[in-house]
Amino acid sequence: MKLVITVVGRDQVGIIAMISSVLAECNINICNLDQTIVDGFFNMIMIANAEHSTIGLQQLQEILQGKGKQRGLDIRVQHADIFQSMHKV
Amino acid sequence: MFTIDDIRETNRMIAENRLDVRTITMGISLRDCADSDCQRLCHNIYEKITSRAERLVAVGEDIGREYGVPIINKRISVTPISLVADRMDEREMVRVAVTLDRAAAAVGVNFIGGFSALVDKGCTRGDQTLIAAIPEALAVTDRVCASVNIASTKAGINMDAVRVMGETIKETAVRTADRDAIGCAKLVVFANAVQDNPFMAGAFHGVGEPETAINVGVSGPGVVKQALASAGKQADLGMVAEIIKRTAFKITRVGQLVAREASRRLGVSFGIVDLSLAPTPAVGDSVAHILEEMGVERCGGPGTTAALAILNDAVKKGGLMASSYVGGLSGAFIPVSEDAGMIEAVACGSLTLEKLEAMTCVCSVGLDMIAVPGDTPATTIAAIIADEAAIGVVNNKTTAVRIIPVPGKQTGQLVKFGGLLGYSPILAVNPWSAGQFIARGGRIPAPLSSLTN
Repeated sequence: MKLVITVVGRDQVGIIAMISSVLAECNINICNLDQTIVDGFFNMIMIANAEHSTIGLQQLQEILQGKGKQRGLDIRVQHADIFQSMHKV
Repeated sequence: MFTIDDIRETNRMIAENRLDVRTITMGISLRDCADSDCQRLCHNIYEKITSRAERLVAVGEDIGREYGVPIINKRISVTPISLVADRMDEREMVRVAVTLDRAAAAVGVNFIGGFSALVDKGCTRGDQTLIAAIPEALAVTDRVCASVNIASTKAGINMDAVRVMGETIKETAVRTADRDAIGCAKLVVFANAVQDNPFMAGAFHGVGEPETAINVGVSGPGVVKQALASAGKQADLGMVAEIIKRTAFKITRVGQLVAREASRRLGVSFGIVDLSLAPTPAVGDSVAHILEEMGVERCGGPGTTAALAILNDAVKKGGLMASSYVGGLSGAFIPVSEDAGMIEAVACGSLTLEKLEAMTCVCSVGLDMIAVPGDTPATTIAAIIADEAAIGVVNNKTTAVRIIPVPGKQTGQLVKFGGLLGYSPILAVNPWSAGQFIARGGRIPAPLSSLTN
């Protein structure tokens, strides 16, 4: 199962470090990462492979949303099938 | 594999343009619940609904959370109750409605459809009893929706039933007068009703349907409007149709995904995806605003019917390829009180009942959520139903009337139904009488369906 993780919020040190460490702990592999900073605003989209994940999608959503909230970041984790279905025939 | 831009586009549709799945509706057959004893019948119905739909709301919420797309409503449709409760008397029919209401509340769905009768050719005793029980049933329940199919292309129009429905709507309005006649917002009169409609208030689980089925209704008028706005004013109407098709394809793919996933997780067969653009009163979720984006100054003005025809056709063409099974009503909805643009158009005088009737010739589904003065005669309401049914029967399409004669209110006054049902100024009704026409009764014969010029 592929996941899409999107992060929006004020730029700060350690955003990607925090996310990637959570993913590593859960045995989730990062496949692609696109990140921009405009006027101090951080915007990231990450595609990850959760095939061998040690936790469920909803648990991961709770962990990342919780950590994001502490830093003032909006973190969303979505099942990638929604993008695959919408954009590929 | 999709690209980063694809992700941005999808998430923008959800976050900014209100893309959502409007409803996951579980159709449940109640045919095996029939019993001559009312208490046993109600027990059977309650047990069947609560066991089959026990996980519906939780599964819907899980899917919404995991895919990041809002699923607004989880609902249930059941076998037309007149078929299951044919032997009940009027008081017992109301008990069945209360049972449906309790079952819906127990599983956490906001509406349950199927307090219905199919009388396009004639009424059985049970059909008559159910129709007589509708005002009371809608007054004493919150979640039950009723519908009556009074016409079909194969059978013609049952004008006796049309007359009775005019009176039933008036009576329902009076019984729920303290809540701005909200009972009428849960009562639909159909011509050519479909068996697998997931949308309320007209949903029921038809006789040709399986034991249970998952039907999904998509939405997304805001996404279509945004796509047209991005294309600019110079795009010609061929290009406009093309943009709507592409957008409808994407919207429908989300519905298809949700429908497949819901049916897999619930272990219920996948019925259909309904390709509809269903507006809400929220800003940026209006079908009328799409028509205005196409270049009609105000919805209801000249050009509106043509613009709506383009929209309705393109939505179907785009959606068809995106789903393996398409059904339900499938078309753009024009419920007046549920669409911010329609409400504005009525308020400024550009949208009238007669224009709405013309618009229903080219779209789904009919005169929908239309508030009229409370003193509108029952025969006039019946005649409006007959007009709308004639459009459906002759053109071989579904049409419906959901009209609300609000007691004590006059043309131009505002009525508020709340939530997704919205609010609306009261529309003017043509004052000339159809009393004698309606009093004739009988059945209008089925139309010729060749020599179609």
